[in-house]
Amino acid sequence: MENVVEMINIRKEFPGVVANDNITLTLRKGEIHALLGENGAGKSTLMSILFGMYQPDRGLIKINGKETKISNPNVANDLGIGMVHQHFKLVDIFTVTENIILGSEPRKMGILDVKKAAKRIEELSKHYGLNVDPYAKIQDISVGMQQRVEILKMLYRNADVLIFDEPTAVLTPQEIEELMKIMKNLISEGKSIILITHKLKEIKAVADRCTVIRRGKLIGTVDVATTSEETMAEMMVGRQVSFKVNKYESRPGEVILRLDNVSVKSNRKHMGLKNFSLEVRAGEIVGIAGVEGNGQTELVEAITGLRGIESGDIYFKGEKINHLSIRKRIENGIGHIPEDRQKRGLVLDYSLEENVILEVYNRKPFSSRGLLNRAAIRNYASKIIESFDVRSGQGAISIARSLSGGNQQKLIIGREIELDPSLLIAVQPTRGLDVGSIEYIHRRLVEHRDKGKAVLLISLELDEIMNLADRIAVVNNGELVGVLDSSEATENKIGLMMAGVKRMEEGK
Amino acid sequence: MWSVIEQIFPYAVVFTIPLLITALGGLFSERSGVVNIGLEGLMVIGSFTGAFTIYKLQEIWTNNPSVLWIGLLVAFICGVIFSLLHAFASINLNANQIISGTAINMIAGAITVFMARNITGSGNVRITKGFQPFDIPYLTDIPIIGNLIFKKTYPTTWCILLILFVSAFILYKTSFGLRLRACGENPHAAEAAGINVRYMRYIGVMISGGFSALGGAVIIVTYAGEFSGTVAGLGFLALASLIFGQWRPFGVLAATLFFGFASTIANVSQVIPSLAVIPPILLKIFPYVVTLIALIIFSKSSQAPKAVGEPFDSGKR
Amino acid sequence: MKNFLISLLAVLFGLLAGALLMAITGHNPLEGFSYLLEGGLKNPERIGNTLATATPLILTGLSVAFAFRTGLFNIGAAGQMLIGGFCATAVGLSFDMARPLLLLVMVLVGMLGGALWALIPGILKAKFNVHEVVSTIMMNWIAYWTIYYVVPAYFKGEFLETESRRLPETATLKWKLLSDIFGGSYINLGLIIALVFVFIVGFIINKTTLGYELKAVGYNRHAAEYAGIAVNRGIILSMLISGGLAGLAGVVQYAGNASSIQIGILPSQGYDGIAVALLGANTPIGVMLSAVFFGLLYSGRGFMSAMTDIPPEISDSIIAIVIYFAATSILIERLLRRFKKPLSEKSKDPAGGKKVQS
Repeated sequence: MENVVEMINIRKEFPGVVANDNITLTLRKGEIHALLGENGAGKSTLMSILFGMYQPDRGLIKINGKETKISNPNVANDLGIGMVHQHFKLVDIFTVTENIILGSEPRKMGILDVKKAAKRIEELSKHYGLNVDPYAKIQDISVGMQQRVEILKMLYRNADVLIFDEPTAVLTPQEIEELMKIMKNLISEGKSIILITHKLKEIKAVADRCTVIRRGKLIGTVDVATTSEETMAEMMVGRQVSFKVNKYESRPGEVILRLDNVSVKSNRKHMGLKNFSLEVRAGEIVGIAGVEGNGQTELVEAITGLRGIESGDIYFKGEKINHLSIRKRIENGIGHIPEDRQKRGLVLDYSLEENVILEVYNRKPFSSRGLLNRAAIRNYASKIIESFDVRSGQGAISIARSLSGGNQQKLIIGREIELDPSLLIAVQPTRGLDVGSIEYIHRRLVEHRDKGKAVLLISLELDEIMNLADRIAVVNNGELVGVLDSSEATENKIGLMMAGVKRMEEGK
Repeated sequence: MWSVIEQIFPYAVVFTIPLLITALGGLFSERSGVVNIGLEGLMVIGSFTGAFTIYKLQEIWTNNPSVLWIGLLVAFICGVIFSLLHAFASINLNANQIISGTAINMIAGAITVFMARNITGSGNVRITKGFQPFDIPYLTDIPIIGNLIFKKTYPTTWCILLILFVSAFILYKTSFGLRLRACGENPHAAEAAGINVRYMRYIGVMISGGFSALGGAVIIVTYAGEFSGTVAGLGFLALASLIFGQWRPFGVLAATLFFGFASTIANVSQVIPSLAVIPPILLKIFPYVVTLIALIIFSKSSQAPKAVGEPFDSGKR
Repeated sequence: MKNFLISLLAVLFGLLAGALLMAITGHNPLEGFSYLLEGGLKNPERIGNTLATATPLILTGLSVAFAFRTGLFNIGAAGQMLIGGFCATAVGLSFDMARPLLLLVMVLVGMLGGALWALIPGILKAKFNVHEVVSTIMMNWIAYWTIYYVVPAYFKGEFLETESRRLPETATLKWKLLSDIFGGSYINLGLIIALVFVFIVGFIINKTTLGYELKAVGYNRHAAEYAGIAVNRGIILSMLISGGLAGLAGVVQYAGNASSIQIGILPSQGYDGIAVALLGANTPIGVMLSAVFFGLLYSGRGFMSAMTDIPPEISDSIIAIVIYFAATSILIERLLRRFKKPLSEKSKDPAGGKKVQS
């Protein structure tokens, strides 16, 4: 069994951080090799080096035994290396064909030969069972299909080594199974695959070997079949990891939030949320499970007031709030940890203390008669920074932009929880964070629930929902498929519901 | 009514052409992802360098029309070079593209008059003779459109129209065009496909520089006859045409024709009795008001290149 | 104080470029600059004129800087200045009141005119997301033609067709005492007004909840919206304030420095305001200092032009080059830092690209 790819003693440094510190990785022909590590461990950097997007500071790369320099993606392509990126590199207004041929366009007398390319793409699509329409525009096709376009890009260029960067983040459990089948299919056709992921279950399902990276350093390469998930997790994090969050049974009280047949328009013309009804009580965590883009955004924006509703009613603490302004909803007790911390959650160019008063700057003691009260603001900020362990260069006057993602998130969570909202909406609260921060944030969310508040948790990580939520509501295509008690929820059931398969009675 | 249209058509076209070529330049720049509001300044550069070259050469070869073509070529080249200022600032230094474009306008406006004063003292550079309008034989006999399109035309008009068709072809039928558009829509996708985004954007900006300068020079050799330090907002009107034309070559043609007509009507209204009844102020502000309205109408469904104006951070995921 | 250093560098480069321009067109730069300085500072009268020239620049600079801070590009200061100046002139020519009252009304009307002229781009941006660069430029030209036709129609000058009637002295901001202190220069109350507003704008931006809101909207409208701040209202308010400041610039120019309004010109102070704001790093004090610097360049050039034959456009050129450097120098500085570091490490980068992670 020969080595198709060897990355030997790779070192890559960026200002202030060593992303890859002396890492060695080998890919055997015909294997699926997983690259495991937490967010920020250096996996993507390593693969970007393989794909020619970065140059290593030290170390060398051998392809099929020959030492080579991969100076740009074109060289990587010529060597037969292809990459399916986590964030798709697709041009929305171009067709599938145009996207695939970009950079290696077939020409006939100077003119683009789109027909020839489309034909080849159709053949490839059939051969590998990918089912893609060459003439469709990217903006009109589903996310799953877009991913298959990315795969086709590689196959069109005769890639033999395929790198998948966190491919399952945007797929339903069923689509994930399909992808696994496609990967096994590719292996049987003689390809070799590197799978970048932090999901242990998937590694166990398809990978042959797994290389674990932690904080830029190589921890080890293991044989997947003989290594347990717990061991791999420990290698990834550096200590024993408990997957369960310790929590008491919930003791739900009165209804805090009630959505009654709410329909909300999406950004495109159709309805993003359809006839959605749900209750959230004080003292419970309700999780919303679903694949990205199935109505969660519309749901959250409708509740917080960032988007209007077309029909139905929203009741908060018994009162109808359909037309209430965002500010009033915040004042009444709705807190929101937003999905995109840099877009919605923070004004990056403001200091920490300026960010902390974003919702309350016009209240006493932070201002009076239109004038800001710096001392009171400073105090408040310091309190939150300390109590939520927000690490920064200069404390309250640090600029938000200078904080790491984890600390930015902690600041936002601190700000929202400090407002003591009766309903705390948390959307993807731990996205992109290291395990330590994740555990911390989970703890605080449960704490908030235990204070007798209501928590609405929206997450794309099924594990997170199953760990934290007392009840789980599943959305598919804007509709509520069903609500499960956490005690009776299994990944399989939820997965089917996320794909819209099983409909269940609503109930506790 | 028809005779009025026939009368003013050639003038409208003459006004449209510089606008068209400048807007086309802007199209290439924005399609590659770089906002260029310095089109006005680049036109002034072309206007000055063209006028200056022709003025100097006409002293030597007084009646040779090739002098005019040389002037146009020189203007084009100067425009390309001057646009490098904007390209470097926007692409390499990731400067704010609006500010950089404004700086271009100011520098062009100041330096050209400075130079002109050094040469002629008055700040205006007058050329002895520009292109003469001519009728194309045979084609003018075509009923209706013959008298309209083929009478009193300038060679530069046909030249620019040719450039328009070639540009449309390049943009949509060649791989260069595909790659250029990719850089403006999703530069990260282009980069991952192995395209050098910076290089493509340089080309886009340089084309805008050359084309705009050409536009400014065409004004000199067709209807203005002298460089006077400004192009009276034509560069901005070209930008408006680009938006109005939704970043497509033939859309831009329609938009610039529209503006050409509107401005011509405004200019000649006092002379033509049927138009003289409209208060001149309305005619003058008409193109600008219409642009505002168009901006509103197109705001929802704008076809602007998705990544235009955003500095490209290579390697950012 | 990094910004101050950058601005200083930009000024230096601009002046160097100016010197180069003078040299390659056959003039002596040292001579040129010394006459420039003389022209602006030689005696109290000239100093007064320099300050007076700077006055409208302070206000347009504040206008543009305020808009920048709140995330907006107000390229329409020229048009707002025209309209504001026109409104004030119209009032000054049409009404007869006690001087303090008249001047107050003129100032208010001027600010209102400028504010309303900026309102349209503001609404277009807030409601339709129309980029304010294009809309304000359109408004500039609409203002230009409006003044072009309305002034001769209603307020035609006695001697010149291209300007309005002259304002009677009582309807202007002229103040004999001040002029006398500065040896008879045309400095006027406008300077006092401008300085007052430097303070007011600074106060609003740094100390008030209004300033906090508008800056938040400017830095990140999504976060502002999320937090309950009324984004549309903020955008419109910012444009109104910015327009009002530019309108005030029109008042101090056309009813202070001059006594009439001219048609057929888009006041250069409008675009210069962008330069002033940029060089002043969008801070009120910075704006004030930049405006004085530009005032010096403009007011000294007449003398320089008379004594040498360097065209007066040298000042425009220097200013334009300064803002190019101001726009790019922030990053030139970063570039310099990047070049210093990789010298300590050998990077295997055959492509030679500057691919550094941010």
